[in-house]
Amino acid sequence: MKKEGIRLFNDEGKRTDGRYPNEIRPVRIEAGVLKNADGSAYIELGNNKILVAVYGPHEAVPKYIAEPDKAVIRCKYSMAPFSVSDRKSPQPSRREIELSKVIREALEPAIFLNEYPRTMIDVFIEVLEADGGTRTASITAASVALADAGISMKDLVTAIAVGKAEGKLIVDLNGLEDQYGEGDMPIAIMPQYNEVTLFQADGIFTPEEIEEAFRLASEAIKKLYNEQKKALKKKYEEVIKEVNQTE
Amino acid sequence: MPVYAKNRQIVVPGELIAETNRYEVEGKIYRKNKKIYSKVLGVVFIDEEKRNIRVLPLKGKYIPNEGDIVIGKVIEVGLTNWTVDINSPYLAVLQVTEVFSKPTQISRTELSKILDVGDIIIAKVISFDYTRDPLLTIKESRLGKVSRGIIVEIPPSKVPRIIGKKGSMVNMLKNMLDVEIVIGKNGRVVVIGKDPAKEEIAVLAIKKIEREAHTSGLTDRVKAFIEEKLKELGEKS
Repeated sequence: MKKEGIRLFNDEGKRTDGRYPNEIRPVRIEAGVLKNADGSAYIELGNNKILVAVYGPHEAVPKYIAEPDKAVIRCKYSMAPFSVSDRKSPQPSRREIELSKVIREALEPAIFLNEYPRTMIDVFIEVLEADGGTRTASITAASVALADAGISMKDLVTAIAVGKAEGKLIVDLNGLEDQYGEGDMPIAIMPQYNEVTLFQADGIFTPEEIEEAFRLASEAIKKLYNEQKKALKKKYEEVIKEVNQTE
Repeated sequence: MPVYAKNRQIVVPGELIAETNRYEVEGKIYRKNKKIYSKVLGVVFIDEEKRNIRVLPLKGKYIPNEGDIVIGKVIEVGLTNWTVDINSPYLAVLQVTEVFSKPTQISRTELSKILDVGDIIIAKVISFDYTRDPLLTIKESRLGKVSRGIIVEIPPSKVPRIIGKKGSMVNMLKNMLDVEIVIGKNGRVVVIGKDPAKEEIAVLAIKKIEREAHTSGLTDRVKAFIEEKLKELGEKS
């Protein structure tokens, strides 16, 4: 897998974008950015820019897909044609269809689906700019959008990727590390509920490495989870502040 | 066994609220290992005297409940019924028998003369059990078609705030602005007044209540807001 001549660490042990191995990229999350959607979120994780809109629960269309005892989730992950350096065809690719399913399955365990029988929840994920780790950033943003829509959930879902480059474990891979590294392991966790909802691995990892990866991931997820919480509360706490000031 | 949340604290899904059985807990919560967590993005209300903790959502769709008064919009005229949008994941059905008290024979063309697509109705939910769409009635007094006024849409979870304690908020709006206000449990509010300017102030006041629903001392602020707007109105005319 390793290509000659490409170094992912400099002499000081820092990564291509100046981060330490266990450091995540700068993150910014905003909730309720779209007026027409029931819930929405925007995330910037390094160079990734992702917008998520949630509609519903609403009437299931087409009707035959409705489940008599629970809500169904329809998830659509799509990358904008301008999200990568070569133009991406706007047609849904094999990868996008697969990611839609993977993200849906990572979100489903967090939602109280049986509270909304015969309905449907739409999750639209639009990647505006991609630079490695879009699936994990999408999951993080989508759970914020679902909570912003007022949907009953067990917990938020927070995700991060852990990978391997030059034999070292690294957290939150960027595009280069994803392409030239030796492995990529996206992990999604419900931080309070303490359950894993997504675990994929590409590359070769030893059992010890996987354990270490989980430890690194849960550290990063703690930081991301705080950002998620802040984003959701921000809008309402601003109103409280404003009201207190006028009095 | 402590209570972790503060009164009027904003919580996100999965946030730990309390680990206690000395309080009565209601609203959008779930339990796991004797701990109480929030299910939604909402506000925690703690009543120390009554030993009661409530979690009220800040957003969310309306789920019909038997006996609720709702404000709906007719979206389809059928052979013996109307389909009504009640701002919910479930479409409501209004049968002909729930419109007339006597048995009647009418054809489809006549049905659209009584209620047509786009008409707004005040109705009551008579049954809903998740397996079938909710059924409505407009047979009782004060129910039926709305022919004038303004409709405001707010999140259904904020309806109790518009009503206030024992109707204090809505009565204040009614008295101060001389308007009639009908509040649907589904988050739609109809404002009917003689003076269009006052109608407008009522709408602005409702929007203000919606925005600041999770803060305290709201009734006084709304009162000041209306007084100010009424003064502006007086200066203009």
